[in-house]
Order: sequence, then structure tokens, then C-alpha cells
Amino acid sequence: MSEGSERDAAGAQRRDVKGGCITLRRLTVGYRERVAVEDVSGIFAAGSLTAIVGTNGAGKTTLLHAIAGVVAPRHGSIEIAGAEVPADLAYLPQSDSIDREFPISVLEFAALGSWARIGALGRVSPDLRSRGMNGLRAVGLDQLGGCMLGELSVGQFRRALFARVIVQDAAIVLLDEPFAGVDAATSDDLLRLMQRWHAEGRTVMVALHDLEQVLAIFPETLLLMRKAIAWGETATALTPEKLVEAGLAAPRKGSGPRLRLAMPS
Amino acid sequence: MSLWHTLLAPFAEYAFMRSALVACMALAVASGPLGTLLLLRRMGLVADVLSHAVMPGAAIGFALAGSALAVLSTGGLLAGIAVVLLMILGTRFGAQREDASLAAFYFASIGVGVLVVSLRGTNLDLMHVLLGTVLAIDVPALVLIVAIASVVITSLALFFRPFAIQSFDPAFLRSMGGSDSIYRAIFLVLVVLDLVAGFQALGTLLAGVPLLLPAAAARCWAQRIGPLVGLSIGFGIAAGYAGLLVSYHLNVPSGPAIACAAALVYAVSALVPVSRTMITALNATRPT
Repeated sequence: MSEGSERDAAGAQRRDVKGGCITLRRLTVGYRERVAVEDVSGIFAAGSLTAIVGTNGAGKTTLLHAIAGVVAPRHGSIEIAGAEVPADLAYLPQSDSIDREFPISVLEFAALGSWARIGALGRVSPDLRSRGMNGLRAVGLDQLGGCMLGELSVGQFRRALFARVIVQDAAIVLLDEPFAGVDAATSDDLLRLMQRWHAEGRTVMVALHDLEQVLAIFPETLLLMRKAIAWGETATALTPEKLVEAGLAAPRKGSGPRLRLAMPS
Repeated sequence: MSLWHTLLAPFAEYAFMRSALVACMALAVASGPLGTLLLLRRMGLVADVLSHAVMPGAAIGFALAGSALAVLSTGGLLAGIAVVLLMILGTRFGAQREDASLAAFYFASIGVGVLVVSLRGTNLDLMHVLLGTVLAIDVPALVLIVAIASVVITSLALFFRPFAIQSFDPAFLRSMGGSDSIYRAIFLVLVVLDLVAGFQALGTLLAGVPLLLPAAAARCWAQRIGPLVGLSIGFGIAAGYAGLLVSYHLNVPSGPAIACAAALVYAVSALVPVSRTMITALNATRPT
């Protein structure tokens, strides 16, 4: 466990969370006969904030799973540079993939973010509790640390997931539909957290549905329909033609899809 | 008849009662935490099927080499592990859903097991395989049961964190570099080991009793995982003790008596949430 304690010592100061860069080369991922992501190549640059957009079943979750190491690629490769995997890669899964009835307290759940440093057998450092509390404070759940996970509302649970990512303090952050199904206040809070991670130089990738949010906030977009339809600056990636191709807008004769394109702020 | 004669004398006077009690306690200590995790993983029926999967192996061992303990246990262990492997391969590559293949394993195991025992043995042998012989546990059998229980407890202590995380957020464990299949396989092998130990005492039909019933009862009383494990162990020991005592005084088979005692503990526990709901409802209707 010498490696872990070294990292803990470094964690006492500010960890370097910049420089995580992900390169996909002809990445193909599938389950059994079904191919979910096909032949995607490109780079998530260090410090970039990328929206991953597509219809249901377009392969957004599968792509994030592959990058997070949850599923293995069938062909092609994923190269992660400038970050120590898996410790430096935080993955926030869709809420429904977690059994919230499991008897674990909210604080314990947030503290799981330190798993990469502690693992199955490592010593739990005394400051783990304060780290977990810091994470909960950042998402406004510090009063609920002692509650069980199952007692949280949907929005509070999403905040707890963010707290776990904060505790992990990783250079690369993958978020799968983090704003789906929560009220506006929660969604705004979580968006602000995400923008702060971006400002700190972390590499952030987010799968989401809300195109207005994408246009307003995300500098980069990967438009996915099994294959990459477009990948680059949001304004150039989300053109009406590309959105039609991705199945996100209905084709119209003459006037084009009804979608106002704004420059990202 | 004094309290001493009712509650303690059977164990003071007869070595076979002491052996049976120690076996039940060892089973309870190993099965409590394992059963708690099993139920949290919603795998109660998997344990049930695995307890029958032990049977064909034990039966083939019996047919080849008689009812020697080592043979039965090894056969049972091998058969159990084979089924675990088939289950994992089946969920990974097969087109069948897990519950369908579990049902197939369940019936195949009972069919093959009973056939093989009947080919070579008597009906009494069959009863022993099905319901166990907790009162006939000798020193080697006791050593085997306690050794298996120790292995299970030690492994659980080592892997408790990944097992717990895998129970509710497997994707997180995998994103942290933990292998889903390996932890799942280790966990299932521990279940098989525990069932092989239970098989000595309770037979293939009832080997799952210490694993499932005390843990299910504990869930009616406690929320947090520590108390759940503690209560499961306590309930397991209590059921074993009560079952042996009833079997001694009423001269009934001990394995089924232990199962009935465990079921009674569960039935009483199941009333706890009901009574809580009723008290809340009564308080709500009471004029303030």
C-alpha cells in the first residue's frame, strides 16, 4: 500500500488535475450481436468540456462505459494520457444502475470516492470522514450525511453521486445523464459544479439530452448515432443537417429543422 | 423437570448433542454474514439452487466410494463449483436469462442426485443425503465444518468491501478496475463451500436454511449492515440450539426441527414491520 500512502501525501496539497487526455482510435463496442458504438475516432483534449449527444440507444452510455473500463472494446483502442487510471478517472453512472436500497449511509457513499486510493484491503485514513463531509458540503447534503442512501429523494441522490465524484478528485470526469429528472434548482447547482471542474482544468465528458443546455454551456460536442456523426466545436457539430442525421430533428422540406442555433457563451 | 434438565442437560450428557451444537454454531457464524450479503444482492434463490447443485456430486461420490465424509464433500464441492462456472458462462455468453437456467439446474440436480443415490443405496441413504445427519457428526466431520466456516469468514473479511460495493453499484467497482466476474465467482464459491458444510448437517434440501432464514429474519429488525450480520449470526445459533433441543425432547428428526425453528424466528420477525405499521396507524387515528 506504499503507492496509496504516497498519493495520500500528495493529496494533502492540491492534486494536479490537469492534463487528462483521451484518444479513441476506431473504437467499436458491442454487447453480444449488437454493436452499440462503431468506429469512433477522435480526441477528448486535456481540459475540454464535451457534451455527448444522441437519441436513446445511440451508444452514449456504452461509450462512457468503454472509457471508464466497465466494458471492453471489441475493436480499436482507448488511450488515456496524463492521468493515472483508474484513480484519476471518475465515472458517474445513470442513477437507475444503482440499488439504492443497499444499507449504506450517505456519508459512506460519498467517501467511496476514495476507493481508488484505499481499495479492497487498504487502510482507511482518518481524514476520510472529513473528505466525505467536504464533498457533501459542496453539494449541500452535509445535514444528511447520517441518513441512509435509500432515504434520499431523486435530486438528493444525484447530489450524493456528485459528492462521490468530488471526493475522488479525478482529472477525468465522465457523467452519464447527470441532470435528467431533477428539478431546476438541483440541475443549476450541479451544472455549476460541473463548470467549476471545467475551470479547474479537468477533462469533463457529459452524456445528456437537453440540446439547449448543450448549446448554452458546452464548448465541444460529440454527436453520436452509433457512429460519430459530428465531433468538434458545438456550433459546427450541431448543424440542422447533422441533427437530422442523428435522428434528433425531423427533416423538413425547405425550411430545415426547427432549432435555433446559438453560439455557446 | 428442572430448567437445567430441559435446556442444558442434553448437551452436558451426550457428546453427539455437543458436536451437533458446535456444528450449528459454526454454520451460523459463517452463514450469517454470507446470507446477509446474498439477500442484499437479491440472490436468495441462487443459494437455494446451489444447495441442490451440491447433491449430484455428493451422490456420485456416494455411489463410487460409499458414505465416507471426504468423498461426499469433495463430490459436492466439485459439483457446486461446476454449476457456478456454468452459471457465469451462461449469463455471459448464453441467450437464456439467469432465472431460466437456474430452474433447469435446480431440477436437473435433484433428478440426477436422487437417481444416482437410488442406484446404489437404500431409501435411508437417500434420506441422509436429502436431510442430513446432524446428530451423527463425528470429530472429522466437525473439523471439516469448522474449517470451512473459518475459510468462509476469513475470505469474507478480506473481500467484504468489494462484495458490498458490487452488491449495489457494480459499474463503479468495474470503473475502479475491479473485475465483476472474479468477485462474483469468489462469492459464489464461498456460498458453495458454506453449503457443503451445511450439507453434512442438514442435507441438500435444508443446507440453505442457516444461510437464508436468519439473514431474512434480521432484515425485519435492522437497517445497517453491522447489526444485520450480528443478528443473522445470533438468530442462526438460536435456531440451531432450539431445533436440537426440540428434536431431543420430542424425538423428531433434528434437521427439520432446526429448519422449523429458523422458520419460526423468521415468522416472528416478519411481524415486526407489520406491528410497526399498525402502531403508526393507531397513533394516527388517535385523537390528539
